[in-house]
Amino acid sequence: MRYMMLVYSTEGPDGLTPEEYARISGGHRTVIEEASRKGVLIGAEPLAPTSTATTVRMQNGKALVMDGPFAETKEHLAGYYIIDCENLDEAIEWASKIPTECQGNPGCIEIRPLRFQPSAAGTETTALPAALND
Amino acid sequence: MTDTRAAVESVFRQESGRIIASLIRIAGSFDRAEEAMQEAFAAALASWPVKGIPENPAAWIMTSAHRKLIDAARREQTRREKQDSLRYETEAAGAPEPGENEPHNMIFPDDRLRLIFTCCHPALNVEAQVGLTLRALGGLSTPEIARAFLLPEPTLAQRLVRAKRKIQEARIPYEVPSKGRLPERLAAVRAVIYLIFNEGYAASSGTELVRSDLCAEAIRLGRVLCELLPREAENIGLLALMILQHSRRDARVAGGRLVTLEEQDRSRWDRAAVAEGLGLVDGALRLGPPGPYQLQAAIAALHAQAGTPQMTDWPQIAALYEKLLEISPSPVIGLNHAVAVAMSGRVEDGLKLIDDLGSSGALEGYYLFHAARADLLRRLHQNRDAAMAYQRAEALASNPVEVEFLRRRLRELATA
Repeated sequence: MRYMMLVYSTEGPDGLTPEEYARISGGHRTVIEEASRKGVLIGAEPLAPTSTATTVRMQNGKALVMDGPFAETKEHLAGYYIIDCENLDEAIEWASKIPTECQGNPGCIEIRPLRFQPSAAGTETTALPAALND
Repeated sequence: MTDTRAAVESVFRQESGRIIASLIRIAGSFDRAEEAMQEAFAAALASWPVKGIPENPAAWIMTSAHRKLIDAARREQTRREKQDSLRYETEAAGAPEPGENEPHNMIFPDDRLRLIFTCCHPALNVEAQVGLTLRALGGLSTPEIARAFLLPEPTLAQRLVRAKRKIQEARIPYEVPSKGRLPERLAAVRAVIYLIFNEGYAASSGTELVRSDLCAEAIRLGRVLCELLPREAENIGLLALMILQHSRRDARVAGGRLVTLEEQDRSRWDRAAVAEGLGLVDGALRLGPPGPYQLQAAIAALHAQAGTPQMTDWPQIAALYEKLLEISPSPVIGLNHAVAVAMSGRVEDGLKLIDDLGSSGALEGYYLFHAARADLLRRLHQNRDAAMAYQRAEALASNPVEVEFLRRRLRELATA
């Protein structure tokens, strides 16, 4: 099961000190290395700050373009990981290793399964396989 | 016919948790397992009056439900083969192999344990955890649960559908958590069971003060948990706590009125339940250093052992509350500690502790805080302040029976 882990961070007034930056990027490197070694890392990217964000919303067939992220929240999307996990507990395990202070202050990780999963034929699963609900 | 119906209902009551847990493992789906089990019970209602009640009714239901799962999987397979191609969805649940397992060894003891952890997974919201647990392990129907929680049935049904969909789509595991996560996840399971108990014990809405059916159901779930993980002292502590509190149910309300512990007719306490609870407390405390449920059970045990209110070992109770405050500090436990101190003869010390708690403001909206403060002021004959505190309590209380109790106190003060 592929899960996307959205890293939400709170922007601090002064950004990160070089020491903090080294510690946080080191934290990310550890997760990326461990997930790559286990062959479960599908992708991971940090995002540029929200000051570079543009929001596009279609209204009556016209693109309404606005500066900044859509939601006026304290926490902003700072990056993401996509990791192949056995089940939600394993995803929670990964998520608890990912640093969230990327933009200054701690935030949280939102875990979302990807909508489309590759066929899991042949894989051993202890979770409830998807079925029904269609 | 009535006998058969009663037999079917009794099997459902006793065995449905076990059966559904095994069916979910086999089917890989809550919904299909529930459907198959319902069909099997319907088949029993049709077959048993004619052919007689089978020797092992639970195994009969299990076999019949298993067959229905196989049939359903075959139909699904045919449908998929006809539709073919362009399927983004993941694999269908593997069709169970016909005749692969005999019913008696299809039920594993730990199936219910897995199911408990799935139903009480922290990724589900608490209301959904409660609903799923009562539905899957308690064998309660959706209308029954809706009635117990005074919810409109469609609201609850919607909640359950959403939770089951999340289990499926986010792949909440159907397994016992790893050793590292077990303590915290087990605590979540206990919290759900105790929440069910408290909803029954101190019904926050509705006109009844105690909804015994919910309490009994929580106790039953507590027993299942102890049976599945017998070495966990806190599981036993939780069970003991619920049994001891529930032993006072008949004395707690009289003529629609709340009766305080002090005023209860102790001859109406359920002696058998008290004995069982005391035995459980002893057993739990022998297993290791006490956790919060064991401490609360030990406090309940001291109350249960007192033949009269005057014989209550309040100093010991105050000491237990102090210990409880150390491991799980909360304003409510602080309040109980203060009351216990007051009851052990140090009324002024107790009142001071209460006023210290009050200064944080955390309990301002909690009616029991004002009620307890009022009670201590009354004992100190500060009747005017007591009356004011009772009035605040009364304005905050939501249960009509409790409101009536506070009004009675106010009337007593007015005539004192």
